[in-house]
Amino acid sequence: MSDTHSETVAYVRETILPPVPPPLAETGVIKWLRENLFSGPLNIALTFVGLGIVWIVVSTVGPWLFRAVWDAGSIAECRQIIAERHGPDASGACFALIKHRWNQFVFGFYPQALYWRPVLAFGLLFLALAPVLFSESARARRIVLGLAVVLTFAVAQALGAGTGALLGMLVLMLLWSALIEMRPGWSLLASLIYPFIAVWLLWGGTLWSPAMALAGFGIGYLVWRSLARFGMFAFALAVVVTAMWWLLLAGPAASALASMAPLRLRPVSSDQFGGFVLSITIGVAGIALSLPLGVILALARRSDLPVIKMLAVMFIEFIRGVPLITLLFVASLLLNYFLPPGTNFDIILRVIIMVTLFAAAYMAEVIRGGLAALPKGQYEAGDALGLDYWKAQRLIILPQALKISIPGIVSTFIGMFKDTTLVVFVGLYDPLKAMSDAIRASFEWKGAYWEPYVFVGSIFFILCFGMSRYSMYLERRLKRDHR
Amino acid sequence: MVTYTGADNPPFRLSMLIYDRRYRSLTLQAIVFILVMLMASWLINNTLQNLSAMGKTFSFDFLFRRAGYDIPQQLIPYNSDDTHLRAAIIGVLNTLLVSITGCISATVVGVLVGVLRLSSNWLIARLMTIYVEVFRNIPLLLWILVILAVFTEVMPAPNAYRGENPAATMILFDTIAPTNRYTAVPSLGMTNPPATISLGREGISWAFIAFVVVIAAAWFGNRQLRRWAKNVQDQTGKRPTTWWISLAMFVLPVLFLIWYFGLHLIPPVLRGFNFADGTNLDNAFVVLWLALTLYTGAFIAEIVRGGVLAVSRGQTEAAFALGLRPRRTMSLVVLPQALRVIVPPLISQYLNLTKNSSLAIAVGYMDLRGTLGGTTLNQTGREMECMVLMMGIYLLLCLIISAGMNIFNSRVKLRER
Repeated sequence: MSDTHSETVAYVRETILPPVPPPLAETGVIKWLRENLFSGPLNIALTFVGLGIVWIVVSTVGPWLFRAVWDAGSIAECRQIIAERHGPDASGACFALIKHRWNQFVFGFYPQALYWRPVLAFGLLFLALAPVLFSESARARRIVLGLAVVLTFAVAQALGAGTGALLGMLVLMLLWSALIEMRPGWSLLASLIYPFIAVWLLWGGTLWSPAMALAGFGIGYLVWRSLARFGMFAFALAVVVTAMWWLLLAGPAASALASMAPLRLRPVSSDQFGGFVLSITIGVAGIALSLPLGVILALARRSDLPVIKMLAVMFIEFIRGVPLITLLFVASLLLNYFLPPGTNFDIILRVIIMVTLFAAAYMAEVIRGGLAALPKGQYEAGDALGLDYWKAQRLIILPQALKISIPGIVSTFIGMFKDTTLVVFVGLYDPLKAMSDAIRASFEWKGAYWEPYVFVGSIFFILCFGMSRYSMYLERRLKRDHR
Repeated sequence: MVTYTGADNPPFRLSMLIYDRRYRSLTLQAIVFILVMLMASWLINNTLQNLSAMGKTFSFDFLFRRAGYDIPQQLIPYNSDDTHLRAAIIGVLNTLLVSITGCISATVVGVLVGVLRLSSNWLIARLMTIYVEVFRNIPLLLWILVILAVFTEVMPAPNAYRGENPAATMILFDTIAPTNRYTAVPSLGMTNPPATISLGREGISWAFIAFVVVIAAAWFGNRQLRRWAKNVQDQTGKRPTTWWISLAMFVLPVLFLIWYFGLHLIPPVLRGFNFADGTNLDNAFVVLWLALTLYTGAFIAEIVRGGVLAVSRGQTEAAFALGLRPRRTMSLVVLPQALRVIVPPLISQYLNLTKNSSLAIAVGYMDLRGTLGGTTLNQTGREMECMVLMMGIYLLLCLIISAGMNIFNSRVKLRER
């Protein structure tokens, strides 16, 4: 054992130095700037280019926004106010236009007294989605439900709904919320009924027409359940009975019931629709209808039955190969040719059909990607459990495949929602072009170019960006791999 | 020895069509096929009835009649006395023009933005994120309308460029003059032009053929050169320096041709009320091209970023550990793997751009939809024929693009054994 001891060695420090803050250049803002903006010649150059871009944008758009006028009766008045405040050459935004005409951007030519109906329809959308989308956390669901109910009520009141309408709304929404809280299973049924209520609220007319259309599903379901032991026959029979009901009995039944108890709302025709009400109607309907259709198409395309596969491939490739505009033109110009002579149905419905077919083809490809990404073992597990094709798909394959394809599905939705602006080319009043043009055509607002675009663009941005963030949240929530 | 004879084949009964798995799929397919055919025949029957009720026939005769309308921008000669068919061809060419130039510029923008978004520079990365999110979440139609408004409202009239102290100045070294009616850009000219081969009304200059031949020859020569270099490397382990040979193969003949024909740029010059000498691009084209470029560029940027991020760091580090230089690492390790991820979604962006070019309707650019699906349709009232033809052409274009890109994709994709 050695005699030397570390403590006897002179050059070992005996006390620990107190900690000293790092040099100034290695802390705080300076360090951050050095690392993120000025770390090398290229980086410095890029920083200056970036600053230049920011300067150009701010110096052109900034003053324009800063001098915005919110209170004026016409564009001339706006310009006068700006000239008084900021000198004769100054230019500024005239958001007074938005303040005056916001209702047209949102509701198109929908009758002013009935604004509460689309508001209620879209408020109820959140209630209908609650059991499907916000079921995981009770707190999140309650926040969404509460916000939806309060906002819908407040907005409808602010827009001047009558007392009776407000009272009805409140009762309906409170009952529905209670249903979601107490009986989540039953609320799913309410979600299924929602589309018919929404159609009634948006277009008005008698309640019995959508109710009888809905009854068709009920009758079909009853036929199927009562004959369930006959397997496929029962299903085929149910389809036939439902179709017969719709074709032959639904119309007379609706008019008979309407003459007994006319549950009527003032009808609103499709050419009065416009603005965001129109795009959201088309968008939501397209989304709701294209998802199941897309799933079916994707399954058909991956099926091992050659005829079905071929039909699915032909349909998908055809739709994906032509622009949406041509399909919309088909809806407006040609659809009447394809139907029995004398048929003429609503242009919004035609557009929804075309948009649905269009989105379904893209959706099918996205879901096919999800199906292909599933490991083979999952399919084999389904077979090993002795599940038949539909059960295996429903319980094992589709939940996982849909989860994988969430980002793609949502970006298809976003694309479709943006594409609803194209309906302007078949004569509908989309919020972007048709409404801006209509407003610019009036004498007071002639020459206002940028304000409508800024307004409509920001609403689209908020909705689409919100959708993409929600999909990220959903992806995280559904993540099941423990990594 | 046991021979397994299998179960007795039961005699075929009708109910087996439903209950036996072997026959059920056949039954199902037959039913679906019959239903689809019934529906198709129902649709066709309705169409025929409707057409005959309106006294219309289904024929493409109208394509060979006089069109009688003008098209502002045309790649091959056309005037209003030509047929609808020729107008439709002009439309297809215009669609192709804006699609191809759009795809090229959108790729450039997308790659640039995608790489810059990954840059370590905080400011640039944020700016690029804002660009991508703003352009992706707002409808293309709005960008088209906004850029159209910029070109019609903000851009100066041509005579603003006049005088000693003009109100507007040309950009890019005095070569491009955007105005509120057209954009004047330089055109190519030759001091010593060769003869042209005339093909009907249009002609192909010998100079063009010469350039194509020379560049194709240089490309083939370069391939041979690289093959030779690879052989030498395989045999001796040393790769001969070839870059200057390939450079010379491409540059020298082209330079010679440029000198021989006296090729030069003719800048646009303001003469009278308008720009002359250069080419005046229709603003409809410029607006559409710019909007498609910026919009699709944002999508491509995300694809490129995803592709680069998909290559794991370990791959680059391994390449460096093997002693590869950064440039070789990029071209041999990172790029091939990133391309594998990038190419399939890139194909669909190219297809989207081509289809989105039909939004030309918003700016009045005479593309396929503007000619065949627009003026021709309105003049002749042949909705059915025009739509069928137009959809067919779009379908064909998309199939060609995706076939071409799929060939490229099969060359870059991972070969697994």
